[in-house]
Amino acid sequence: MPDTPLIMLENVSKAYRKAKSEISIFDQLNLSIKEGDFVAIMGPSGSGKTTLLNLLGGVDRPTSGTITINGERIDKMSESALSRWRAHTVGFIFQFYNLMPMLTAARNVELPLLLTKLSRKQRRENVMTALKVVGLEDRAKHSPREMSGGQQQRVAIARAIVSDPKLLLCDEPTGDLDRETAGEILSTLQMLNRDFGKTILMVTHDPEAAKYAKSILHLDKGHFVEELVTS
Amino acid sequence: MMKQILSVSWISLRSLPQRLWLSLATILTIAVVVAVLLAFLAMSNGFRKTLEGTGSDDVALILRGGASTELNSVLSREDQAVLETAAGIAKNNGEPMISGELYVVVNGTKKTSGTKVNLPLRGLSEQGIAMRGPVTISQGRLFVPGRNELVVGRALLGEFDGFDLNSTVRFGATDWDIVGVFETGGTVFESELWSDLAGVQNQFNRGSSVQSVRAKLTSPDAIEDLKDFAENDPRLGVDVISEKDYFKEQSQSTSDLILVLGWPLAIAMGLGALAGALNTIYTSVAARARDIATLRAIGFSSLSAFFGTLSESLALSVLGGLLGAAVAWSFFDGLSTSTLGGGFTQVVFSFQLGGALLVQGAILALGIGLVGGFFPAIRAARLPVAMAFSDR
Repeated sequence: MPDTPLIMLENVSKAYRKAKSEISIFDQLNLSIKEGDFVAIMGPSGSGKTTLLNLLGGVDRPTSGTITINGERIDKMSESALSRWRAHTVGFIFQFYNLMPMLTAARNVELPLLLTKLSRKQRRENVMTALKVVGLEDRAKHSPREMSGGQQQRVAIARAIVSDPKLLLCDEPTGDLDRETAGEILSTLQMLNRDFGKTILMVTHDPEAAKYAKSILHLDKGHFVEELVTS
Repeated sequence: MMKQILSVSWISLRSLPQRLWLSLATILTIAVVVAVLLAFLAMSNGFRKTLEGTGSDDVALILRGGASTELNSVLSREDQAVLETAAGIAKNNGEPMISGELYVVVNGTKKTSGTKVNLPLRGLSEQGIAMRGPVTISQGRLFVPGRNELVVGRALLGEFDGFDLNSTVRFGATDWDIVGVFETGGTVFESELWSDLAGVQNQFNRGSSVQSVRAKLTSPDAIEDLKDFAENDPRLGVDVISEKDYFKEQSQSTSDLILVLGWPLAIAMGLGALAGALNTIYTSVAARARDIATLRAIGFSSLSAFFGTLSESLALSVLGGLLGAAVAWSFFDGLSTSTLGGGFTQVVFSFQLGGALLVQGAILALGIGLVGGFFPAIRAARLPVAMAFSDR
């Protein structure tokens, strides 16, 4: 695994304007995460965890500073360029799965592939491969409402990895699940990191969930206050 | 890009059952607007086609100068005698083919509403009947000159009370026997009662005067010869027009009036439907906000979110338009009714829907869908992608 950083934040500041006052979330934040890492980000509510995830996913823009991911500066990209960049670089895993309820599991997983030039046959093969990785190849034709929360989250993971992005951004991926199911999901993330080399950044409130990561970053009032290595 | 748009559209359309009642209300509103517009258009079209289908290019209609209709025209026996010598008139066995006709108003009662209306009673000769193309007596027989007998047009019989075959009707102090029913192929003449010219002149105290003269021309172009003759003969003060042009002019004002009423009403109702469509699609965008943001996070473009949302609005408008067209087609196409024509008498006609009118209905429906979806689609395209991370 190369030791070059996949994620580089340099002097990143982020502030929101509310009425006449400005609320600063980050001020001169720096962060470097190397490719193949699995990092949990913890911190109290309002510490800026989700904002950080949004910045790294190209969903939000910094007020100042540079964000470089996989060698590309994303802080100055246009909206359409960011869309294309997200499509091939990042896979998102949400707390509430965010599956399209009217589509089958396979159709949900196929969504990112619709942004590629793959043929229908190739798309179907890739979808089945992704579902197999998360152990749900037999539920391809089921709709989300026919699945448990854990199964839905595994479909969401399959959707996040189907286009083979380097980076997975997880927002409280086990926040809506019971302890046992949460363990299964976290083990799946570990497996993706270990066996497929995915770089994973996971925001979580749960210290037990954070232990599945290789390292834990504590964020408080817009600053990293502590880094723990778990393994 | 097309794959993206189709996918977002598909997701949007598949989520319609989640907003079933709101979507149905929008479809129904658009359907009502389209049905009302098509009803007016079909009415105008049917009226125009009935009048424009009446009359012939090679028959000239001669009226008193300045008279716009037969009802306010009068021609003397002397006028008729001069016209018999005019150029351009065809002859039969050496006799000029002209028909002096009286056109008087009698009372009738509309079957559907029971209201009193004016109906035209035409006094004419067999020559005049022959000039009206193929006329068939579908029931009974033709009137016999010298008796107070009437034949009734098929359309008039269907629309007004009291003109059944073998019945008697009273106009003024005179009873008239209905002895036959005639058909002229759906022209405006089927909205008339016909009797012998001399009988009508006598019973309505018109002496030997007529209101119009019809002349069979040697050819459609011969009308110019007849016009020259009429203009250059100092004994005549008449206007000459081809029978076809006369009915075309008669149709214009009434069919225009129907259109002038129809479109503004449809547009006013359309604004109501537009408000409904906007509300439905804004609700849809709000309900699907996280789905849209999720797709955007995955990499779908804002353009696909725009068109995906617009497609929902267009789908609702297409369904509404189809429903409205189906309703209009089922209830109005071929529906027979009557209205006041240019001659201040009732003209019976049928609503006629056709491809061109349906296109106008489709344009209205799609217009509502397009505008109703456009602004919500902009909102969808501008939804913050960060909404994908929001709570349920």
